[in-house]
Amino acid sequence: MYRAVVFLLAWVLAGPVGAELTIEVTGGVEGAQPIAVVPFGVGKNLSPPVDVAAVIAADLARSGRFRTMPAREMLSTPHSAEQVDLRDWQVLGMNNLVVGKVVGGAIGGYQINFTLIDVFSGDQLLGMSMPASAAGMRYAAHRIADAVYEELTGQPGVFSTRIAYVTAQPEGDGQRTTLRVAGADGYNPQTIVSSREPILSPAWSPDGRRIAYVSFENRGSNIYVQDLASGRRELVASYPGINGSPAFSPDGGRLALTLSKDGNPDIYVLDLRTRSLRRLTDHYAIDTEPAWSPDGSELVFTSDRGGQPQIYRIPAAGGAAERLTFQNDYNGRASYAPDGRSLALVTRTNGRFRIAQFDLERKVMRVLSDGPLDESPSFAPNGTMVIYGRVHGGRGVLAATSIDGGVTQRLSREASDVREPAWSPYVE
Amino acid sequence: MHRPTAAGLLALVSILSLAACDTLVRSPEPRPADSAVGRQPGAETAGRGQAEAAEIAPWEDPASPIYRRTIYFRYDRNDILPEYAPLLRTHADYLARHPGARITIEGHTDERGTREYNLALGDRRAAAVQAFLIAEGVAAGQLETLSYGEEKPASAGHRESAWSLNRRAELDYEGP
Repeated sequence: MYRAVVFLLAWVLAGPVGAELTIEVTGGVEGAQPIAVVPFGVGKNLSPPVDVAAVIAADLARSGRFRTMPAREMLSTPHSAEQVDLRDWQVLGMNNLVVGKVVGGAIGGYQINFTLIDVFSGDQLLGMSMPASAAGMRYAAHRIADAVYEELTGQPGVFSTRIAYVTAQPEGDGQRTTLRVAGADGYNPQTIVSSREPILSPAWSPDGRRIAYVSFENRGSNIYVQDLASGRRELVASYPGINGSPAFSPDGGRLALTLSKDGNPDIYVLDLRTRSLRRLTDHYAIDTEPAWSPDGSELVFTSDRGGQPQIYRIPAAGGAAERLTFQNDYNGRASYAPDGRSLALVTRTNGRFRIAQFDLERKVMRVLSDGPLDESPSFAPNGTMVIYGRVHGGRGVLAATSIDGGVTQRLSREASDVREPAWSPYVE
Repeated sequence: MHRPTAAGLLALVSILSLAACDTLVRSPEPRPADSAVGRQPGAETAGRGQAEAAEIAPWEDPASPIYRRTIYFRYDRNDILPEYAPLLRTHADYLARHPGARITIEGHTDERGTREYNLALGDRRAAAVQAFLIAEGVAAGQLETLSYGEEKPASAGHRESAWSLNRRAELDYEGP
């Protein structure tokens, strides 16, 4: 009886998986490359559910590195390299051109053929054929955009990666908080967990298959690790006091976390296989927000042992903590860039909390955002952008800004707060 | 990417956690208006008035010295301001005289700064109150701490008028 009710409700909830994030882009990178993504041809009797060229063009434009041409301004609409008249594109000032076609594939699926062309030389820079199901077509389009981006910028694209975030909506006299995962373009949101109590600090496993998070659903803060494909989850930390700030080690086998079970918030490392717990810091001040270096040799964390929150570094094997930040009176929530050479963090200047990049070699800070209440920065896996939470118009929204400061995307969701973003690693 | 079974399981997980949350027992919030109705002077016979008063827990009775159950903190600090010491001593006295009473000390912060740092700061605030009460003679077994960090503001808003109300510790009574 109870089981039947649960499954009925599950069906109702699983039905309308709607509400995407809306993305607005401001600014652009100096010298953005002009590119035309020609609407793709479609094979006979096919009606693919996604406009592949539109998704590719939107991805490229959102990065700020490309200026895309509206389809209505195009002089011709070739679908293959053979149909291209280079002069049509040279006269419009394009550097590059993407043409392609969606055709029928194996067992009711689709096949996307595309070519990237250099408009000056006529060279075919990239030519690929990608299989896609109806449901996987948007993802396939993102993979094509990734390939185009990498070919033209020399850096891997992140359009096919995902973002975890927390939404909060009023419900009754309280709120419902929900941890979601959506594509980097805000589409295909998936609910990971939902509760009337707070949820925070989602953290990806290095293989992108699991997410650790803090949930208050069972009185107080506890840490869960959830498998995304199966939905199965495990309670991994529910010690007395706080259980917070989960961070997967780069090998995925351990979780750094903050516990106050021994009287004061300190950093611990939990072995996820053996469940053995090792204490990493032991100080009467607050130590929290651990983050692993990409090589796993050390961690940074926030401590107010110097009187104000600042960033410290400690060897993963334990030892003495070294203070890294001396600029500004509040620095917190640091995380490493994928190359390990800088940190994204929250810093306070003139009473405003902003996102900054801290160069670990030169020990200088570069502010990336305006504040006043910016938090939770997370690097894109190619290191070109940082996504963070901010308050805009009295509401929580996400913003993603390029490290060169040229372009900012604002990701919002109607009638709810959005916060605590975590950019996924590359996923297959 | 789209496996209906996975989606169903995920939804199931949310349902289960939803059920878990909804069954979470929280002690009722004080209702000063209701309490006041039960205590209308002269509106009732003496006998009935006493009976109704007996149903109101002392921490819910606006006339009781332990009705005030919130103390406030300075920004990024967890030291107890001297002005709150008398109130905490009143609670310590009550708890010492009622060994069956238990409280959860909830630590809260304002929204400034990072969420996890604030979770730790809320823990420190709750721990500071706990240490104060123990020093005043309360048995440790009567006290539990719980930090919500910045997640449960008492006042919405993004200015000091709201922030000052949110940097707080609340004493949440349970039991007889």
